[in-house]
Amino acid sequence: MSDHAVALDSHDEKHVAHQFFSAQQQYESGNLGMWLFLATEVMFFGGMFATYTIYRIWYPDAFRIASSATNVFLGAVNTVVLIVSSLTMALAVQSAQLGKQKRLVAMIVLTMIFGSIFLGVKAVEYTHKWQEGHVPGPYFHWDQAEGGREVQILFCLYFAMTGMHAVHMIVGLGIMAWLLVTAMKGRYGPKYYNPVEISGLYWHFVDIVWIFLFPLLYLIER
Amino acid sequence: MSEHVATYDSASESELNYLTNGWSWKSWLLTTDHKRIAILYLISITIFFLLGGAFAGAIRLELLTPQGDLLEAQTYNKMFTMHGVIMIFFFLIPSVPATLGNFLIPIMVGAKDLAFPKINLLSWYLYIAGGVLGLFAAVSGGVDTGWTFYTPYSSTYSNTAVIATAMGAFVAGFSSILTGLNFIVTIHKMRAPGLTWSRLPLFVWAHYATSLIQLLGTPVVAITLVLMMLERAFHIGFFDPALGGDPVLFQHLFWFYSHPAVYIMILPGMGVISEVVTCFSRKSVFGYPFVAGSSLAIAILSFFVWGHHMFVAGQSTYASLVFSLLSFAVAVPSAVKVFNWMATMYKGSVSWETPMLYAMGFIGLFTIGGVTGVMCATMGIDLHIHDTYFIVAHFHYVMVGGMVMAFLAGVHFWWPKMTGKMYNDTWGRIAAGLVFIGFNLTFFPQFILGWLGMPRRYHAYPEEFQSLHVLSTAGASVLGVGYLIPMVYLVYSVFKGPKVTEPSPFGAKGLEWTIPCPPPTENFFAPPVVKEPVYAYAEAHEENTLV
Amino acid sequence: MQTELHAENHIASTKMYVTVFLALIVGTVLTYQVWKINLGLLSVMISLGIAVCKATLVIRYFMHVKWSHILSKMALAGAVLFLAIMLVLMSMDYVSRGWQPPSMPWDHHQVLNN
Repeated sequence: MSDHAVALDSHDEKHVAHQFFSAQQQYESGNLGMWLFLATEVMFFGGMFATYTIYRIWYPDAFRIASSATNVFLGAVNTVVLIVSSLTMALAVQSAQLGKQKRLVAMIVLTMIFGSIFLGVKAVEYTHKWQEGHVPGPYFHWDQAEGGREVQILFCLYFAMTGMHAVHMIVGLGIMAWLLVTAMKGRYGPKYYNPVEISGLYWHFVDIVWIFLFPLLYLIER
Repeated sequence: MSEHVATYDSASESELNYLTNGWSWKSWLLTTDHKRIAILYLISITIFFLLGGAFAGAIRLELLTPQGDLLEAQTYNKMFTMHGVIMIFFFLIPSVPATLGNFLIPIMVGAKDLAFPKINLLSWYLYIAGGVLGLFAAVSGGVDTGWTFYTPYSSTYSNTAVIATAMGAFVAGFSSILTGLNFIVTIHKMRAPGLTWSRLPLFVWAHYATSLIQLLGTPVVAITLVLMMLERAFHIGFFDPALGGDPVLFQHLFWFYSHPAVYIMILPGMGVISEVVTCFSRKSVFGYPFVAGSSLAIAILSFFVWGHHMFVAGQSTYASLVFSLLSFAVAVPSAVKVFNWMATMYKGSVSWETPMLYAMGFIGLFTIGGVTGVMCATMGIDLHIHDTYFIVAHFHYVMVGGMVMAFLAGVHFWWPKMTGKMYNDTWGRIAAGLVFIGFNLTFFPQFILGWLGMPRRYHAYPEEFQSLHVLSTAGASVLGVGYLIPMVYLVYSVFKGPKVTEPSPFGAKGLEWTIPCPPPTENFFAPPVVKEPVYAYAEAHEENTLV
Repeated sequence: MQTELHAENHIASTKMYVTVFLALIVGTVLTYQVWKINLGLLSVMISLGIAVCKATLVIRYFMHVKWSHILSKMALAGAVLFLAIMLVLMSMDYVSRGWQPPSMPWDHHQVLNN
C-alpha cells in the first residue's frame, strides 16, 4: 500500500469501487456492512418479540386459546419451504464461488420459486383468517366461549410479526430478481461473488426469523 | 467513478477541489462524494434548525404572559410537539454525525470516501423524505402528541397528523441507521496504514460509539412507531388498555431507543470538543484511553437506563430503583471526559479563538446539564420535578447548551477546511458570547420555575411565575440573535472571506489538516501513511520553545 | 498489494449443505412432534431450544460464520446481547410490578402515630 502507483493500478481491477484499495477490502467491507444491517434487523424484530414475550407471560390462557385458530399444518409446510429456499440460496453462493454459471442462475430461480410458494401459502392463511373474522380491528369476532378480550392481542401480534416477515420476504424476492438479472449477465464468479453472498445472508436471516415465529405463533401448548 | 480517477491522476487538474469539481445541480444532488453530501446535510439541517427555532419562538412568546392570549391551548400543543420532533429527529440526531462526521471521518481515517458512498447518498434522500413527511404533517394540521408519541393518546384520541409525523421520524431513523453503518464499516476496514486504534482521533472514537447506538437502538423505535401507526390506522391494539394491552410497554420500547438517542445527540459533540480542546491547548489529550473508552462506556451503559423516564408512569418501584442506580453509573464516563478536558488544558498554551470559546461553553453547560440529570434520575427528587420545567431546563442544557454549542464549535473549527475561507473571528467571539449569555438567560430561570412547580407543556400559568418566564423569553431573543449572527458571517465568508492557503490554519494536528483547504475530491493525493501518535502537539510545542 | 480474494474465503461442499439441510428438516419434524405430545411448559422450552439449534446451524454453515471474520460474530453477538438486555430489564419491571414493599419496623410506628 505504500506504493502510490500500485494503489492506483487496483482501480483497473473490474468490480473494485474507487474508494477501496483491494478486492479483499471491498469484500470484507460488504460483508461487515450486511452483518451490521442484520444486527439492526435483530433489534427491529426484537421489539416485536419483546412485546410478544410480555403479553404471553401476562395472558397465557388467552394465547393458548387463540392459537387454536392458527393452521399448524400450513405453518409447518411453510417452515419446510423456507428451509429448502435457504438450501438453494446457500448452493447459489457456492455455485458463484466455484464459477458454475448455469447452476448459479438455476439456484437463484429455485430460491425465488420457493420464496413465492411461501408467500402464496401465507396468502391462503391470511384469507382464512379474514373469512373467520380473526383479523383484529373493529370487525374482529371470536365465537368461542372461552378467551376474553386479550385473545385479540395474539392476532394483532400474529399479523404484525408474520406481516413484517412477509414484507422482508417481498424485499428479498426483489433482491433475488436483481441478482438473477445480473447473474445472467455473467457478473459473478470466483473473483467476485460478494453481492450473491450478502444477499444470501439477508435471505437466511429472514429464514431464521421464521424458525422462531413458527413455534411462537403456531405451537403454543394445546 | 471513472471521472474521480481522472481528476486524481492528472496533475493539471490538481487545483480542482471538491467544491469546484462540477457545478451542475446533478453534480450535487447525485453526488457520492462524502464531502458534498456533508454540505447537503449542513444546508438541510440548518433549514430545519431555523424552522424548529421558529416554533420555539412562538412558544416563548406565548409564555410571556400568564394568560393564553397568543395561542390557543391546542395550537400551543402543536407548537411544542413540532418544535420537539423537528429539533430531535431532523436537527440534533443528524447534526454533527451527518455533517462534520460525514465530511471528516473518511479523511481522518485516511480513506478516499466512506465504505458505501451510494448508501451515504441514499441516507441523505431518506432524511429529506422524512423531513418532507414531517413538514407535510406540520402543514396538514400539525401534531399535538409531544415528540414522544405516547399511546393511547397518539394511537386512539389525538385528531392530528400523527401517522405522517411518525412516518417522518421512521424514515429519518433509517437515514440515521445507514449513516451509522457506513461509519462503523469505514472505521473498521478503511483505516490508513499505521493508523492503529490507539492513534484514532477521539472524534472518530466518539462517532464509532454513536454509530453503535444508531445501529442497535434506532430499529427498536422504528418497530415501536410502526406498531403505534398500525394501532392507529387499523384500530387494533398492541398497547390499548381496552384489549388488555399495556401503554407502559410502549414507553419501555420507545425509551429503549430514545434514551440512548440522547447520547446519539451528545457523543459526537464530545468528539468535537476533544479535538478543539487539544488543538487550542496545544497539548495531547490527557488520558487518551480513558476519553476513548468512556465514549464506548457511555454508548453501552446508555441502554441500561431508559426506565428513569417512567418513574411515575406505572413502572414497578423495584425496577425504578434499579434503573435509578444504573443511571448514576452513566454519569461516571461523562465525568471522566469533563475532567480529562480540564486536565488537557492544565499547563497548556491555551488560546481563545471562536471554536475554543464554544468548547468552553459546552464544558460548563454540559456539566450543569449532566449534574441536574443525576438529580432527575434520583427517584425521590423525580417525583417532585417530573414533567416540570426543571426537566425542560435539564435537557436543554444537555441538548442546546451541549450539542448545539459543540456543533457550532465544530463548524467554526472545520469551516476553513470545508470552505477554504476564513470567517471573521471577532464576530465569531461576539456571537459565542451572545449564545452563552442568551442560553443561560433562557434556561436557568426554567430550573427555578420547575423547582417551584411550573409544569411543562402548559400555555397558561399562575401569575407568580411571570417574571421568570419574561426573563426566559428575553434570553431566548438574545439566543436567537446569537444564532443568526454566525449564519450571516459564515455565509459572507464563503463569498468574501479571505482564502485559506495553509492546510492547517489553527495549527491543528490530524490527517484532515495535512490536505489542502478545501480538500480535493479524492481527499489525498497519495494514500497517507500515519507515522506519529495522535495529537502530537507536545513535540511541536517543544520545538517552538527551544527556538 | 492484494487484489485477489484471499484463499481463506471458504468454499463448503454440497454434501455439507445437504447434511445441514436434513438436520434442519429433522428439527422441524421434532418440533411438530413435541407439540403434539403436549408437555405443557416443557414443550415450549424444547421447541424454543430446537429453534435456537436450527438458527445456529443456519448461521454457522449457511451464513458461513464458522469460517468468517470475528467481526461478523461480534455483530451477531452484539445484537443478541442487546436484545437480551432489553428483554431482561423490561421483564424486571413486569415481574416486580405486583410486589408490595416489605413491612419495616418504622411503618408500624407511623401507623401508631396516626
